[in-house]
Amino acid sequence: MAGLELLSDQGFRIDGRRPHELRKIQCRLGVFNQADGSAYIEQGNTKVLAAVYGPHEIRGSRSKVLHDKVLVNCQYSMATFSTGERKRRPRGDRKSQEMTMHLQQTFDAAIQTSLYPRSQIDIFVEVLQSDGGNYCASVNASTLALIDAGIALRDYVCACSSSFVNDTPLTDINYLEESSGSPEIIAATLPKSEQIVFLEMNGRLHEDNLSRVTDMAVKGCKDIHDILDQVVRDHVSEVSTVHGWEN
Amino acid sequence: MVDVQLSDAEKVFILHGVQDNCREDGRGCEDYRHLEIETSVMSNTNGSARVRLANTDILVGVKAELGTPSPEKLNKGRIEFFVDCSANATPEFEGRGGEDLATDISNMLYRAYDCPNCFDLQQLCVIPDQQCWILYVDILLLECGGNLFDATSLAVKAALFNTSIPTVTVTKDEGVVDLEISDDPYDVQRLDMKSSPCIVTLSKVGHSHVVDASQKEECCTLARLIMGVTEKGTITALKKEGSGSLDPTSIEDMMETGRRVGESLNKCLMDALAEEERQGTKKKSLGFLR
Repeated sequence: MAGLELLSDQGFRIDGRRPHELRKIQCRLGVFNQADGSAYIEQGNTKVLAAVYGPHEIRGSRSKVLHDKVLVNCQYSMATFSTGERKRRPRGDRKSQEMTMHLQQTFDAAIQTSLYPRSQIDIFVEVLQSDGGNYCASVNASTLALIDAGIALRDYVCACSSSFVNDTPLTDINYLEESSGSPEIIAATLPKSEQIVFLEMNGRLHEDNLSRVTDMAVKGCKDIHDILDQVVRDHVSEVSTVHGWEN
Repeated sequence: MVDVQLSDAEKVFILHGVQDNCREDGRGCEDYRHLEIETSVMSNTNGSARVRLANTDILVGVKAELGTPSPEKLNKGRIEFFVDCSANATPEFEGRGGEDLATDISNMLYRAYDCPNCFDLQQLCVIPDQQCWILYVDILLLECGGNLFDATSLAVKAALFNTSIPTVTVTKDEGVVDLEISDDPYDVQRLDMKSSPCIVTLSKVGHSHVVDASQKEECCTLARLIMGVTEKGTITALKKEGSGSLDPTSIEDMMETGRRVGESLNKCLMDALAEEERQGTKKKSLGFLR
């Protein structure tokens, strides 16, 4: 990536953001009627739809039944037109299978699983446009969809990525920064209790800088939490006005 | 397909309604439900459109790639349809669950577009015998609320209307052919798709037939006639679907209705697309945020 300056001398990134700045987040709850819960999120140019079905009876083989907790079933797929170069398959490749597993682990940790024994919750994520931070946007969208479906969570789950360029940690990195070869840390946290439920690092990073970059990601998660919380509150107040619940 | 379960009494209610030309949601037999169209919703495609027909939600993205023409049609480009039934629509589509429906829809689209008068593939030719544009029309089914075929074809036509392909300059220098693809976003070519077909599905309910059947009505239908109709009323494809059988005279009746409805559907769609284009950049793009 010669000639591409990830961080200018004036301290601006390729898309004009400051190092600690998130991309613009816009989201909406209740996009679909058929799903029990659904949400749509735009983080910059990354656009993700999530739908939640359940809790319902276990579909398919009975052997999957868990007697003390709910089975969290995820599917991550990307629209074939979502990336710059056309994808041949929307799901089933190694990367999306890994992503499915990561989402499953994340939400297993965040849903109060013991409340719904012998049942199943489906989380379906569809990436419509991808510009870096697909996992983060998927987690944030799924959280909103789970809230829309009224499923008991320990806390919001917010995910954010960060990178390290020119001795400066960058938060919420886009596709160009992600593919430039600089290190990348992805964290999903429960912001209130500051617990990390998912952490992944790609690339090479000196140990001394690790905590700074992780802190940046965790800080990003907190900022995202504030935004999502506001959206949920606005949505609930709008719904309650429509139904006349406030009196 | 997504199952709705209806009792006999409910079915009879729908049947009687259709007989009296007043369906369960108050429509007449030849009326469509509320339809919303938005084009250029995805910025990294050459053209895109989202159609919402009552509860049915469809997103189409068109990507153009340079490739080699197929051996039997050397001076023509190609158009490829790919349908993906997202599990967002119904958990039954998880994994490979939606593949049957997806092939059904994409085959019908191939059939409807496989007609030289309705979509001219020669406009996609760059160098005869060597290079052509391949249009990948990717259809994403996000919610099923009945009448998927019609909604899909409307979304495809809208996305093709919205598609712009970068201008290619071909230079020949001592037998070496050089292709230069313009990277100026305004130096583009639009497609001629005025006469591309829309699919109209006619469902036989009792002794009459209806267009744009809702999920409940699809449940009462034993036989359907799916047809591709262009704006001039040419029928480009025809397919009977379902477990019931149809009388030849009723097929004629249904085709007549389909042709009439298809003509006005094409016209309405083109009017709406032209109107959206006239608003140009003033129109605020909303996508799923609404």
